[in-house]
Amino acid sequence: MILARVSGTVVATRKDPRLEGKKLLLLRPVSPEGKPEAGYVVAVDTVGAGSREMVIAVSGSSARMAEGCKDRPVDTVIVGIVDTVSLDSPAG
Amino acid sequence: MLLGRVVGRVWCTVKAAALEGKRLLVVQPLTPELNNTGKPLVCADCTGAGAGELVYYTRGREASYAFLPADVPSDNTIVAIVDELHIKRGASC
Repeated sequence: MILARVSGTVVATRKDPRLEGKKLLLLRPVSPEGKPEAGYVVAVDTVGAGSREMVIAVSGSSARMAEGCKDRPVDTVIVGIVDTVSLDSPAG
Repeated sequence: MLLGRVVGRVWCTVKAAALEGKRLLVVQPLTPELNNTGKPLVCADCTGAGAGELVYYTRGREASYAFLPADVPSDNTIVAIVDELHIKRGASC
């Protein structure tokens, strides 16, 4: 799972029918300290995350195990809204 | 499966129902010589690993199999706590 911050929304009218009703958010990966990292990813939201919130996202085929994503063409799903990240010692 | 060290913990109140009760730990991937490699990642834990412990974790779809028969959306799961690690001197890893 990766830590990421919600940086926007994605709206798509024409899409795979199995994606209808799914909220799509734009995520920017962040380090455990909260610093933005390279790249962006579009993720399906299953927990009701909002703008600027830090979240955890599952990617790959495990993403389809999230609630409501079975047999849907998704590879990144937001599965949690982060309250805090506690680090024992500086990572990296 | 890859070696890593537990360097922190993630707390989420709102999360997928299947993740309720699962510990989420920040893991720093390591080389066999125990040097840091790559970026820290968030792993679910099925072993009860604690702060600073050397563990190995599995990635991808198989990571969710650690919690069978439950369908847990996890792509990184800590599946063991390492007791000892023996590396032949001069071996290329």
